[in-house]
Amino acid sequence: MTDFPVPNLVPLPVLLPLLGAALTLAFRRSPRLQRSVSIVVLAAVVTVAAVLVWQTDARGPQVLWLGAWQEPLGISLVADRLSALMLLVSGIVTLLVLVFAIGQGQADSDEENESETPLTIFHPTYLVLSAGVSNAFLAGDLFNLFVGFEILLFSSYVLITVGGAASRIHAGTTYVVVSLLSSALFLVGIAAVYAATGTVNLAQLAIRIGDLAPGVALVLQLCLLTAFAIKAAIFPMSAWLPDSYPTAPAPVTAVFAGLLTKVGVYAIIRVQTLLFPDSPLQGLLMWAALLTMVIGILGAVSQSGLKRILSFTLVSHIGYMIFGIALATPHGTAGAIFYVAHHITIQTALFLITGLVERLGGTTSLDRLGGLAVASPVLATLFFVSAMNLSGIPPMSGFLAKIGLLHAGIEVGTPLAWLLVVGGIVTSLLTLYALAKVWSQAFWRTLADAPHSTETVAALGAGTLDVDPAADPATAVVVDTAPRTLPRTMLGATAAMTAVGLAITLVAGPLFAYTQRAASDLAARDPYITTVLPQDVRR
Amino acid sequence: MTTVAPTLIESTLQPNLTLVLVTVFLVATGTALALDRSLVRVLLGMVLIGNGVAVLYLVISGRAGRAPFVGEDPAAISDPLPQAMVLTAIVISLATIGFLLALSYRLWQVSGTDDVPDDAEDARIQRLALEDQTSSTYDPSEASTTTSDELAEEGVVSGAGSSGTEPSATEPSGTEPSGTMTARAGGDPR
Repeated sequence: MTDFPVPNLVPLPVLLPLLGAALTLAFRRSPRLQRSVSIVVLAAVVTVAAVLVWQTDARGPQVLWLGAWQEPLGISLVADRLSALMLLVSGIVTLLVLVFAIGQGQADSDEENESETPLTIFHPTYLVLSAGVSNAFLAGDLFNLFVGFEILLFSSYVLITVGGAASRIHAGTTYVVVSLLSSALFLVGIAAVYAATGTVNLAQLAIRIGDLAPGVALVLQLCLLTAFAIKAAIFPMSAWLPDSYPTAPAPVTAVFAGLLTKVGVYAIIRVQTLLFPDSPLQGLLMWAALLTMVIGILGAVSQSGLKRILSFTLVSHIGYMIFGIALATPHGTAGAIFYVAHHITIQTALFLITGLVERLGGTTSLDRLGGLAVASPVLATLFFVSAMNLSGIPPMSGFLAKIGLLHAGIEVGTPLAWLLVVGGIVTSLLTLYALAKVWSQAFWRTLADAPHSTETVAALGAGTLDVDPAADPATAVVVDTAPRTLPRTMLGATAAMTAVGLAITLVAGPLFAYTQRAASDLAARDPYITTVLPQDVRR
Repeated sequence: MTTVAPTLIESTLQPNLTLVLVTVFLVATGTALALDRSLVRVLLGMVLIGNGVAVLYLVISGRAGRAPFVGEDPAAISDPLPQAMVLTAIVISLATIGFLLALSYRLWQVSGTDDVPDDAEDARIQRLALEDQTSSTYDPSEASTTTSDELAEEGVVSGAGSSGTEPSATEPSGTEPSGTMTARAGGDPR
């Protein structure tokens, strides 16, 4: 069972970025070398992840026990269909965002403004972040999952406060303290799990938790779920996200929005299906999903900054994934997995677009933006396509992902499930409303219609009310003169990200079949447990 | 699929009440501190919570025993696994606390206080709610209720993200936001 002709690739997604981080740190005086190392490493990770997807699909879960300890003792890395798909999607996203960041770094240094992306620390930190994400996806035991979370969180602390400007420090403090609290909670959960079962290995836990008293198991479950829910930004624990994400540099926000919350969602899927299949907590999770969806999107509707709107839609759409998990049917789980894949790509694309909007318009406040469709038709097209994709307009992946979830919800058919179906549709429409508002304000209207641009002009006494953008540096919305063109690398990376979002539509059939298989694996639990544990320690 | 493991654990795990009480005390005091406005107190609270959780791992390692070396009688040694875990956790929390310390120093540098500030955007929306106004994007006349001070603050918030892309015009970089922040924090009765 462990004898594979293809070498065991499982540790590579963790090891390669860590090695790359060390190299980029050593090459800190040579940005060019740093860039090539990062790109090569992340491209290799994508390749490995693609092979793992094929391997897990064709031959079942892959496992590696590290450190040559006797089997249930050491640390195990496990890739099953779910992990492999998550690795592949996150690898693609990380790579494209890196290209975007490199483009931004080059463009900024051309303009003699390197404070935005201090390249020397950006590359190592970014690679460590990637290693942490991979480690969390591959972790075969709870404690290694915790370590994976800590690796990615620590890099994210550095990235979110990069440059040390006042607003980033403010945002960073909230973020770090909240993350610390959730880590402490996670540690308590692990301690409780170990005290109750004597192991932290997921496969062993899957067997032993069934023997526990239901009350004890429930306490363990709630403890772990709360810790993950903070990381995934599920409603009562979601307030930190819109406060901390918008201030970070564009590529950092993009990769955070795409990946970090999804690691929490992944952990919830894993724990719910593998450890606590008998106690799906359907009611609790469904209410959490409903509140996350509705309150998140209402937050987005009430905001006037593009980054904040997107942060709130991010929170809101986490609710869809929790909805799928809460249904606790193979179809629901498959829908949730598909939604995660779709949402990682599309949310990242939207945040990258926001970075470009900021570059072009000088701000992301909708009160001060206008005329972007004229200024950059390409950017406008990218935003339009991505926005429609996120809100779930029919031919695109957002629609397919939502249909999958709604279908699963209707299948379950309880009143609460129906309520969630309705909530999901309402959220989808409100997403469309929030993003259409962005479209009409930032892209479609002329700059002169933007309320704050004229007001600022008046306030500054800079002239009359018909705005001459060139004479009005305060609004910094420049339409006709267009002094800053969008760097090709950044635009290319954003276009590629949007294209990946669209490509999910093209491969939707095979991908949905894959997620179905992944979900039935998760529901059966057997492939995972039998692969990880040798026969004699299976108790 | 017998219940061997749990019974085994039940027989070895006799929680030490003193350690449990120490954990409770540390976590409780830490939580109280973490609820404070001052970031340094939050940080101290986090240290206490982290230490409390570390003590919890001593509880779950069960009966104290000899050092767990290979070759010792397994019945006489203490459980090495929680120790390995808690060592990792302690190292991680050490690094995080160090980072948080640097962060609070920087916060003090840029704002002249280590109070965790209110979020400007939240404050704006709350004020609008109190005044029973619709949101700014809904009703352009809202702008008239925004004080110049808040406009400046909004500039800080929205400008912060763009600090690299728009160096000169939109937002004051570096020192000026701190000026606004200091003024605000100073005027804020605690």
